Order: sequence, then structure tokens, then C-alpha cells
Amino acid sequence: MSLQATYLGMPLDVSDLDVENLAYFRHCAAHDFHLQKCGACGLLRYPPTTGCPWCASPKSEWTRVEGKGAVHSYTEVHHAIQPAFKAHTPYLILLVDLDTQKGKPSADEALRVVGNLVTPDGILAPPEMVRRVGIGTRVRMVFSDVGAGFALPQWTIDEGATQPAKPWRYPQE
Amino acid sequence: MTMPAETDTTSPKYLRDKYAIVGVGETEYMRGSGVTTRALGTKAVRNAIEDAGLKPSDVDGLLSYQSGDSTFSNFIAGDLGIRPNFYMDVFGGGSSTEALVGMAMGLMEAGMCKAVVIFRAMNGFSQVRIGGTGARAVAPVSGDALHGRAYGWQSAGQMFAPTFMRHMHDYGTRPEQVAAVKAIHSEHASNNPKAFYKQRFTVADVLASRIICKPLHLLDCCVETDNGTALVVTTADRARDCRHPRTLIRGVVGRCNKPRTDMHYQHGPISTVAGRYARDILWPNSGVGPEDIDATGSYDAFTFTTMLQLEDYGFCKKGEGGEYVSDGTIRLGGRRPNNTSGGHLCEGYTHGLNMVIENVRQLRHDADDSCPVGPDGKRQHTYDYREGGCRQVKKCELTANMGWASPGTGSAMVMRNE
Repeated sequence: MSLQATYLGMPLDVSDLDVENLAYFRHCAAHDFHLQKCGACGLLRYPPTTGCPWCASPKSEWTRVEGKGAVHSYTEVHHAIQPAFKAHTPYLILLVDLDTQKGKPSADEALRVVGNLVTPDGILAPPEMVRRVGIGTRVRMVFSDVGAGFALPQWTIDEGATQPAKPWRYPQE
Repeated sequence: MTMPAETDTTSPKYLRDKYAIVGVGETEYMRGSGVTTRALGTKAVRNAIEDAGLKPSDVDGLLSYQSGDSTFSNFIAGDLGIRPNFYMDVFGGGSSTEALVGMAMGLMEAGMCKAVVIFRAMNGFSQVRIGGTGARAVAPVSGDALHGRAYGWQSAGQMFAPTFMRHMHDYGTRPEQVAAVKAIHSEHASNNPKAFYKQRFTVADVLASRIICKPLHLLDCCVETDNGTALVVTTADRARDCRHPRTLIRGVVGRCNKPRTDMHYQHGPISTVAGRYARDILWPNSGVGPEDIDATGSYDAFTFTTMLQLEDYGFCKKGEGGEYVSDGTIRLGGRRPNNTSGGHLCEGYTHGLNMVIENVRQLRHDADDSCPVGPDGKRQHTYDYREGGCRQVKKCELTANMGWASPGTGSAMVMRNE
């Protein structure tokens, strides 16, 4: 069945035809991150797709994946476009290289999972937390519950991990 | 002109110089057009046909691009009494211009039409805001957008920023180097009476403007405007009968991509853009290389997009784009000026078409600046590039346009004069 929620003033809608996204977000709702693993070549992929980006096989199965990685790149938004984000500026949009499958199938590929920097309970991070994060920061996945059976995967600082001495941040604060 | 020795190519050389852009037309670049996109498109197309010295009935093909924000070709044809043998309106923004030139060539090569007009009409300020505010910001989030807009990742600047930031991280590119693109394009715009922003800005002005989303300051971002723009493409033979000297198309590459077009960030290096792939089609097709080019039109939705494309098309070494755009090369009077009209940062936002119009005028040696018009009807260019002066490139025989849709998708075209 389809999923609907309102999150930060935005209507989110996963149609009952969109079986890949339905499966993806249902696993997220259980705070249990899963990605599709190709039934032919065995590679994981993100975001959800109908066929395998590497071998075109239509066969896949949802597989549990550890939500840990490092920030590959990011932007820090000061001028929000969507009205409900304005109260949370500056907010971070992170592209995170998962440790799982990093550098495969080629050296510059990785499962780069999008998310905001959030507090451990899934709320957009406050400015003092935003200032600690840059390229290289170790992060772990948490979830923002947005509605019944519907959650978005997000990222928070992995306080248990060894962090880089100085993550790369844009030179102007 | 004498063309350089032809490089090895696997593409059909026989299309080189076989088609030409014979007419260019536009409306004003403005905010608050007060008219429909149909009216903007009709005016631009009429101006382009007139510029070519043709009648509307000489045109039998129409192509346009839009994203649900503009009129369709059949209405423009109706307004001008054109009976099309072909028309098609494609979904697309940046990088569509060069791609549609290639499609126009294909239509004529297939014998489907004789002369094709390409237009883009948009109320990018007063109707559908290109920055994504207004109606676009509050539309429901579904499908693929669940992995983007749900995170406040929506506008072009937000979507492209991870590539820009990673380039700074990987190569040490500095904010002041990239800000030079705006400063230089604003100098060019100050010599363009049509430009929406004619004011000159400095690098310090750019860095002092407020941050929109890192690494973009307000002045790193282009302007949103209302305008119509159009080109007429026909065969090189028919072009001989047109009003202006011919602008011949040497080679074109359309909507060329990095791997993983569904989300190009999955395939690194993410500091590389589609030009890295497109250049392997553009230069062999054109039979020239970047060192032969006299002026460029590298899409400036943002200062960074200009820099990244010039780098990945090979105008400098990978990683040296910051230096290339800030050392004077791309300024009028420099070795290879870029966006001599002021481009999207200053002249107006058209999804790339105005940058092709500008290079056609440069190749005709007829940039519409404030220089006096002589008895032969041509501008007497002074090459004095001070504010309010000339913007004609002194020696301009070969140009390259590089269109940008996203870091993962781009188009390009080389044109020459005779």
C-alpha cells in the first residue's frame, strides 16, 4: 500500500506503483537500513532502481546494510528554498560514502547515500553541530520518523568513531 | 580561414561545415515581461528569421525546450504563419541548445526539413522561478525526488554544490579564483547594452555577498529573467543566400553524460563533469582542439559551472580551472574570452541559448556593443574594453559553446566563420 506523510511542511507520497521505494522506506520505518543486492552480479545499489546499474539484471533482493561511513561531500544551506527548512538554516546536505562496497566496482565508486545532518533523534542539527562536520567526518545512520510506517534515513556524527583531526570545511564560515 | 590539421576522428567528417546558423533573435532580457511565453517566443523567432533575411515561410521546422514552463512550437508557428514539416518540443533546460542544433542537422540530413528554428521562451522571473521557489518548492515529493527534495536538496545550486565543494577539496580551488568568473563576466556585461545587470562587480564584492549554499555566494549565482531567444539553422548552401556571412557548425555533441545518470554522484570522481566525456566527441568531430578556440561560451548558471567545464573540456589541466578563470585568459582582451555578453550571471538567464547567439555575433564580427555603426552598416569596433565600450573579440574565427544541465550532463558545439 502507498505511503503518505507530511514532513517539514512537504507532502511526501510513495505511490503503490512504486514498489522499489515502498520497500526501501518500509525498512527505514523499522530503522533497519536495506539496499537492493543484485541477484546476478551481487553488487548493492543506491538509490532504489528497477534494474542493476552494472549488469542490467532485473533480479534483486533487499539486504541489510550497515549505516556507517564518511562524508564524501556536502553543502551547507543558508538560504532555504522550501519554506519549512528556513527555520533550520544553516542545514547540511551530506553525501556519505558507505564503508560497505566503497571503491567497488571501480576505485571512484561508492554507495553515496544522501541525508541531512541530524541529532541522534532525527531532528535537523543545530548550528554548533553543523560547524563540526566536513568532508571526512565519520557519521552513522539514524532515522527521522515522518509518519506511520514511513521514515527517512539521516546522518549524525559517529561519536564512537575515530574522527579526522580536521575535516575539510569550506574556508568561509 | 585556414583550418588546423584534422585530428583523427571516428565520426562523420562530412557533416563539418555542412550546416550553418544564419539567424539569431531575442527579446529584451528583463524582469516582469508582462506578456506570455508565447508572445516572447513569437517575438524572438520573428527576430531570428528576419536577422537571417528569410521569410517565415522559408522555415519549415521548429524545435524548442522547456520544463512545463513554456509555450509549444505549434503556437509560435501559428503566430507567424509557418506550416511546419516538423516540430518537436523537448523536456530540458541547460545543454538543450547545442543538443537541438545537432538534432536540427539530423532533421535536414534526413531530408525532413530545409530550415529549422530553435527557441526557448521563459518567464523565469515572473512565472516559473528557475531557482525553485514558488510553486516548485511546495509540490508533493514522490518517486526519485524522495531521495532529494525531502532533504531540502532541490535548487540547482543545492544539487550541484557537492561537485563544487569536492573540487575545492580535491584540487585546492579557492573561492576568490572562482569569484573572478563573475567579476569578469560583469565587465563584459557593462559593454552590453542589452544586459540585465550592467554593473561591474569585483572579486571582493562576490565574496562579501551573502552565502546561499556553500560554496555559492549570491553573486556566484545567475540572474532569473524573462526572455525569448531563437536561432535559425539551415544548410551551408542555403546559408549563402542569407543576410550575414555564414556561421558554420564544425561539430556538436548533445546531452553527453557521466555514468549513472539516475544519480551521477554514485560514480566518481564527483569533481569531474560531463565535459570529460563530451570532449572526446566534440574535438574529433570538429577537427580542432581547445588551443585553436578564440572565444568560449561556458555555461554560467554559477561561477563554478564555467570553471568546471573549461577544465574538463581541456582548456587547462585537470585541477587548474581555478587558475585558468582568474589569470586573465577569459577576460576581453585576454587569450580566450568567455561569455562576452555577460552570460547568465549578468545578461540574462535563457538556459544557454543567449551564449550561442553571442558567439554567432562574435564570429560575424558584429557584437552589438556601443561602438559606432559605419556607412556599411557594420560596427566600427574600437577594442577598447573599458566600461561602456567595445566587446568584440579582435580575432574571432573559432568559438566553442559548452552547455550544462548538471555535473553529469552537458552539450557542446564548435562554430567558425569564413
